[in-house]
Amino acid sequence: MKINKIILSFISAIAILFSTSVASFAKVVGDKIVLGAAISLTGKYSSNGVHTQNGYNMAVDRINSMGGVKVGGKTYKFEIIYYDDESNPKRAAQLAERLISQDGVEFMLGPYSSGLTKAIAPVTEKYGVPMVEANGASRSLFTKGYKYLFAVLAPANLYLDVAIRTAVELNGGKGVRIAQAFEQDAFSQDVRLGILDAAKETGSEIIIDDKLPKELNDMAATLVKVKQMKPDVLVVSGHTKGALTAIRQIAEMKVDVPMLAMTHCDAAKLSKQHGKNSQYALCASQWHKTLTYKDNFFKDGMTYAADFQKEFGYDPPYQSAESSAALLVFKDAFERANSFDQKKVRDALAATNMQTFYGNIKFAPGGQNVDKPMVLFQVMCDGAGKCENKVVAPLKWASAKLIHPIPKWSDR
Amino acid sequence: MDFMVFQYPMITVQACLDGILLGILFALIAYGMALQWGVMNIINIAQGDLVILGGYIAYFMYLYGIHPAWGVIVSPIIMYFVGVGIYKLVINKVVDRDLFISILATFGISILFMQLMNFAFGADVVLANSGYGTTFLFDSAVVLPNSKIFSAFVSIVFAIGLVIYMKKSKLGRAIRATAQNARAAKILGVDTEKVYAATFGLNAALCGVAGALISITFTIHPYMGLPYTIRSFMIVIVAGLGNLPGVAMSGMGLGVFEEFADYILGTEFRIGSVFLLLVLILVYRRFKLSRKREYLK
Repeated sequence: MKINKIILSFISAIAILFSTSVASFAKVVGDKIVLGAAISLTGKYSSNGVHTQNGYNMAVDRINSMGGVKVGGKTYKFEIIYYDDESNPKRAAQLAERLISQDGVEFMLGPYSSGLTKAIAPVTEKYGVPMVEANGASRSLFTKGYKYLFAVLAPANLYLDVAIRTAVELNGGKGVRIAQAFEQDAFSQDVRLGILDAAKETGSEIIIDDKLPKELNDMAATLVKVKQMKPDVLVVSGHTKGALTAIRQIAEMKVDVPMLAMTHCDAAKLSKQHGKNSQYALCASQWHKTLTYKDNFFKDGMTYAADFQKEFGYDPPYQSAESSAALLVFKDAFERANSFDQKKVRDALAATNMQTFYGNIKFAPGGQNVDKPMVLFQVMCDGAGKCENKVVAPLKWASAKLIHPIPKWSDR
Repeated sequence: MDFMVFQYPMITVQACLDGILLGILFALIAYGMALQWGVMNIINIAQGDLVILGGYIAYFMYLYGIHPAWGVIVSPIIMYFVGVGIYKLVINKVVDRDLFISILATFGISILFMQLMNFAFGADVVLANSGYGTTFLFDSAVVLPNSKIFSAFVSIVFAIGLVIYMKKSKLGRAIRATAQNARAAKILGVDTEKVYAATFGLNAALCGVAGALISITFTIHPYMGLPYTIRSFMIVIVAGLGNLPGVAMSGMGLGVFEEFADYILGTEFRIGSVFLLLVLILVYRRFKLSRKREYLK
């Protein structure tokens, strides 16, 4: 009697387990396409993690309200399952595993940062889950032969390439002397490799090549060297803290350099919070709202920025824009594949060739977007001390003329 | 390896001055650590996190339009109560236990503070602009941001003030008595519980001052506390407890060492070189101690 009961409960437990797992396995449920994403909502990347999430959510709402995704004559809506990866690569990999094998997610969106994307990519690859990511630019992501990874953004080595080429051009085609300081993380080191390539091709010389630590808050030593050696270009990349530290100390130490090129200026809110100190800094950006790309969902950059501002209360950084673009890419691929078969969707993604408000998107075999150049903007201030980012390169989208060389501190 | 720092005499001067100004600030944090280590026999791993919290107070004042220099006054007052609060909640339960327990407890507090600050203030790197100018020396070959000079000056003022307070005031004497012999002080009517709370509060207040200065001079971030803990720990073990001139000297020494390491080995090894120095000093001290012990045998 007792044994019967145990056997019965055992069987029913298995049955329940089975039925739930079956129910949750098809991740296109009813009229919903469920995407999975591990996002840094806490930890050191949490601010950019939130920008990413806002970008995703904005696009999901927009696509759903404008008719959703049409596959096989039926209309589907997007839904995203989020988990907080705590800015921790190990956790991100676990969560990707959980999203795929427990929650049965069949399509993934990327996390924030190259490091976390690197942690997740092997997992999605193993299960053959297509992932469109918008925030991992490290070149090493695209050289591993991943078949299911697609990035809507330009790879990291192209970030400041334009700056060096512009400097050489302004120097009459002759090579320039470059001083550079990069943080020691995957992304910044890739930006550095890009500079090395550009320097080699243009015959430029690198006279200072400093590495910055993770706990960076003082780069006075580098700047003293810059004062002594007088390079033509100073390049700094070390996420937000690199940009902030550089701007503060360059202003305080009155370092004069003809061109200052950086990354992460808008994440560091340079023009808004640090005004005149950041004047004339050149910044690499994946996107700027004044670019004239168009699509049917967000119309163009300016409209996107206004809508985003209304929804979330701040001007969208490029991290949000590229995240929104990732969903446009997914929608387009689903409709062209006209199926939810992972292989077919993957092939459709690989054949993507479209324009979004964020830029043109076309993937190289490695998965990186090759159809969207980086833009450079320069922080420009008016007489009243109000500063703004103005696009200065490439010339096609320039809304202002590059100010070069940067006026000396003593003349400002 | 880059020996540029020795090739140009002005860069050597620059590195020394930068190091000394920075070292004075480190010494202030280390002084707080030495104080409560001496009195309560607690090594506070959360020291750096208290510094960062103090920095955020100055930053928020700056955000609301108050000049961040006022943070030097406001931050220690708030931090004093934070310190007393931590003491009442956690530290009073571990103060009589062995060192390992207290290190574990403060390590826990450190992690908690990091996460709370990250939760409350976000993960952005922030700084408070003081708007102080720049001082040029030697025909502008040496450049000193006034914010660095200001922070060294304020650190000295607070350190001197605290020394006088410890010598003259009733509480200061009670703290020193407790440090010398807690049991004897208790028998003679000193409320050691109160003394402990006040000591922890004073330490937190010093961290508050230092934090405000760091937000004016450098940048702050919820996870940037640990290097400050390590630096003050190092300064204290070099100088010894209760040796204030020693703390000041070893603070400045560490500052200059860091600057030179930065120039010679590269910025990436700056914090690393501090850790290496810490290991070397610990090994050396042990070596010395073991020799003494042999001598006693």
